[in-house]
Amino acid sequence: MKILIDLLRYNREFLVGAIFLAVILALVVASFFAPYDEMMTYVVIPDMPPSAEYWLGTNSRGQDLFWQLAASMRNTLMFGVVVALVSRVIAITVGLVSGYLGGRVDQVIMAINDTLNALPNIPILLLLVFVLRDQMSWPILAVTAALLGWQHDSRLIRSVALSLRNREFTRQAVFSGMRTGKILFREHLPYVMPIVFYTTMNNLIWAIGLEVTLSILGFSDINRPTIGGMIYWANAHSAMVAGIWWWIAVPMVFVVILFLGLFMLAMSVNEYIDPRSRLARMGA
Amino acid sequence: MHEVLSKAKKTAVAPKNVLTVEGLKAYYINEHFGVRREVRAVDDISLTVQRNEVYGIAGESSSGKSSLIKTLAGAIRPPMRVIEGSVKFDFGGQSIDVYGEPEQLKPARWRHLSYIMQGSMNVLNPVRRVKHSFHDFAYRHMGLGGAAFWSKVRQHLERLGLDPDVLEAFPHQLSGGMRQRITIALATVCEPEFIIADEPTTALDVLVQQDVLGLIKDVQARMQASIIFVTHDMSVHAAITDRLAIMYAGRLAEEGATQALFDNPQHPYTAHLIGSLPRIGDVRVRKSLPGKPPALSDPPSGCRFHPRCPLAIERCSREVPLMQPSATGGRVACFRAGEVVAA
Amino acid sequence: MHGFLIYLMKRFGQFLFVVFTGVTLSFLIAHFSPVDPIEQTVSLLTSFGNTDPRSVELLRESLRELYGTGGSLLDQYFTFWGRVLTGDFGPSLSAFPTPVSTVIGRALPWTVGLLTLATLFSWTLGNLFGALAGYFRDNRPLKVLGVFVMSMQPIPTYIVGLSMIIVFGYLWPVLPISGGAQLNLEPGFTWEYVSSVIVHGTLPALTLVCVGLGGWFISMRSLVSNIVTEDHVVYAELAGVPGRTMFSQYVARNAMLPQVTGLALTLGHVFGGAVIVEFVFNYPGMGKLLVAGIYAGDYSLVLGVTTIAIIAVATAVFIIDVLYPLIDPRVKLG
Ligand SMILES: Nc1ncnc2c1ncn2[C@@H]1O[C@H](COP(=O)(O)OP(=O)(O)OP(=O)(O)O)[C@@H](O)[C@H]1O
Ligand code: SF4
Ligand SMILES: [Mg+2]
Repeated sequence: MKILIDLLRYNREFLVGAIFLAVILALVVASFFAPYDEMMTYVVIPDMPPSAEYWLGTNSRGQDLFWQLAASMRNTLMFGVVVALVSRVIAITVGLVSGYLGGRVDQVIMAINDTLNALPNIPILLLLVFVLRDQMSWPILAVTAALLGWQHDSRLIRSVALSLRNREFTRQAVFSGMRTGKILFREHLPYVMPIVFYTTMNNLIWAIGLEVTLSILGFSDINRPTIGGMIYWANAHSAMVAGIWWWIAVPMVFVVILFLGLFMLAMSVNEYIDPRSRLARMGA
Repeated sequence: MHEVLSKAKKTAVAPKNVLTVEGLKAYYINEHFGVRREVRAVDDISLTVQRNEVYGIAGESSSGKSSLIKTLAGAIRPPMRVIEGSVKFDFGGQSIDVYGEPEQLKPARWRHLSYIMQGSMNVLNPVRRVKHSFHDFAYRHMGLGGAAFWSKVRQHLERLGLDPDVLEAFPHQLSGGMRQRITIALATVCEPEFIIADEPTTALDVLVQQDVLGLIKDVQARMQASIIFVTHDMSVHAAITDRLAIMYAGRLAEEGATQALFDNPQHPYTAHLIGSLPRIGDVRVRKSLPGKPPALSDPPSGCRFHPRCPLAIERCSREVPLMQPSATGGRVACFRAGEVVAA
Repeated sequence: MHGFLIYLMKRFGQFLFVVFTGVTLSFLIAHFSPVDPIEQTVSLLTSFGNTDPRSVELLRESLRELYGTGGSLLDQYFTFWGRVLTGDFGPSLSAFPTPVSTVIGRALPWTVGLLTLATLFSWTLGNLFGALAGYFRDNRPLKVLGVFVMSMQPIPTYIVGLSMIIVFGYLWPVLPISGGAQLNLEPGFTWEYVSSVIVHGTLPALTLVCVGLGGWFISMRSLVSNIVTEDHVVYAELAGVPGRTMFSQYVARNAMLPQVTGLALTLGHVFGGAVIVEFVFNYPGMGKLLVAGIYAGDYSLVLGVTTIAIIAVATAVFIIDVLYPLIDPRVKLG
């Protein structure tokens, strides 16, 4: 808590990031009070520009963009959070185990890790989307994305774990007969937490970016509102050509807010973790 | 024999201060999220170093030796800052005020003043061949053409017991000791008048250490240079320094001619350092000092040594003892100076 | 030399392993999908009104061979490998009866060219500016540049691309926003054609550079601000080594090494950017082909593009690995 207040006081990026995300979270909360089902079309007059009644205007499908946006933010964030959580479990497990065991095992695990990292994930995801077609749902997509997006972070965690391996407390724990799983969970996990936190933010950004990409291309469930999906529909109706600029501007602006918010938060957290950049900040 | 020779030489050159340090205070200041933390690593130090003199600085680990000479060499980086005091060099009429006018120091570096920093085996650029380092560091200062420069460098390396072929090597291909000697070569090849050396021989084994110390002494004598030599190893000080300063917790405890200091320590801490030197035929168990070295972020009041001092009196925890002329011709900061019996 | 050979073999082994894993993964995904690719494709084709029974049979035949309904799973797997190795993915559905390999062969140079140029540019510029910003911490213009580049970095490729189109296509229409070259030009090494390719590639490349720049900038800046505190830099600075040598040989040169490794590690992601950019700018490369293949339900094409993309990325990584010892003398050759 004290850390939070300190960050807000002394770190401009954190403040801006927090404000941006507060806007997004407010939208997410609002989505639960929507006056009608977000999946329905033609509930309001189509193609209305932003006004007092429709804050962000309406689209050609007769939806109020404000409520669409709110629901989209919720769904998109949900996707990101699921990906981030699932991939965290994998990254932490692989990183800690590989770092703890060290030696040959570590080399093998890292070779596999790098191999998976070298696979371009968008084509693989698209192939999966393609063969699954209608069976594709967002949870499956999220889990697949998580399976593709942990290698970078596990490498970072592993390098920290590797340095913990030879510390006194690890040896003590081993001698006292503590089980390996327990050592990793009790003794090592707390040490890698800061880096886990930082990589989570980056992973979230990556996952949401992936979701946006896939839905803009129309490769997700297009009836379930998402940020990318809003852009997809706007494109499908040639909103730009038709002059319904707000339809495309609204998701674009809020995507930028969302990403900048997450990014600034990640940066400031990283800075908080890394004492060397702290020094630099002091104008030293 | 050696003793006599160097004494004789010394009288020939009129004593002249090449370095004058007055009331120097330099702290590490960390400030993060509103919390300020000061480490007073150099706290009110005054000293002088003369021409053609090897000045030693001794003290236990983290007493501030490196911090002090970094400050002298004008090599401090944030978070370290000079709070007070001055550091002035005088190279044959050209005087340099290191913290008054920092720009003056730049052209003098390496030509007049070179510095061997602690951990000197890590100062070579890992992706550059050794010869490039010599070129980068020394070429501009020597005023020699290519061929002459390289033959000079090769000669110099040979004198330091290195095969000149190391010039073609990358640092990672050399042993720690070789790298350390290369660094010494790098710092002395321009024959500067003042060399500041921080534990330059620590990673060497005893035999090589002897050689290198001899060489440093040699180079120094040939150029009549001044050296500040830092090491925690008292036997090295006994071997090569003319004068010696003992540092404790960021302050000077005592300073004097090396021989006098060893024969007749005035400060209880000096006595302890000398007493802990092993001597041939000595079978007594050495007493170690009780307690830990003080934290420099929150040093003890009064005399910083008082919590561990066997002679401490009530006054010691209240008042700071100042450097005073000592009975043996040096200076000492202790209320009970001279009451020390060498162990 | 011997050590270098061993290093090379190791890297090559890793390369083979990546290709093996990628191809196997593609095979498994394709094979265990709940959709029967052959019947689905055939029905799609016939629903387009193409009812020539001979071509339908031909298609079914080649699809069966490719996705394997004959023989055991292992047989099918080997057949698939045979296909991959000979680059024969059968005819493309959307461009029937042109073989997939021909379609990919046409698209591949566009993507390789675009990605190579854009990646080199963003890597070089990002590292250069990042290193300068890390070295000259107090320089105002560099700080401003840093803020600009960094706020660009998290924004999705699509948004950047679309903004480019709006700015350079509508508001200030100076650059073409669609296609790889002017359509009515004969491809060849004529000045007209080459310049048209360059002009058409500018916006897609610019988009990729803008998106990629920030990441390199940030990591280089933090690498440099760590390296300047390292002993060898501090020492050289004290010795008065001239600024230019300092920056290039002592700071940037050392900081560059992890960035080269980083480049190899992120190439897998770079291709993802190409998919979006080619889609946005209607650029005739692999990404557009992939998306079009999915829209058209062109099974062989999608599988072919995926496999080739995997192999291409692995090759690029391998090339970087091979070049790495040239810049880092410390690489453990052995
Ligand atoms: N960058 C720094 N920030 C804060 N405190 C520091 C920093 N560098 C050194 N110190 C502190 O300054 C004090 C003196 O350190 P210094 O390196 O000068 O000791 P030393 O006498 O050279 O020790 P050694 O014999 O181990 O080299 C120590 O307490 C150390 O913790
Ligand atoms: S001043 Fe007091 S405490 Fe300090 S050294 Fe002398 S006797 Fe000991
Ligand atoms: Mg030291």
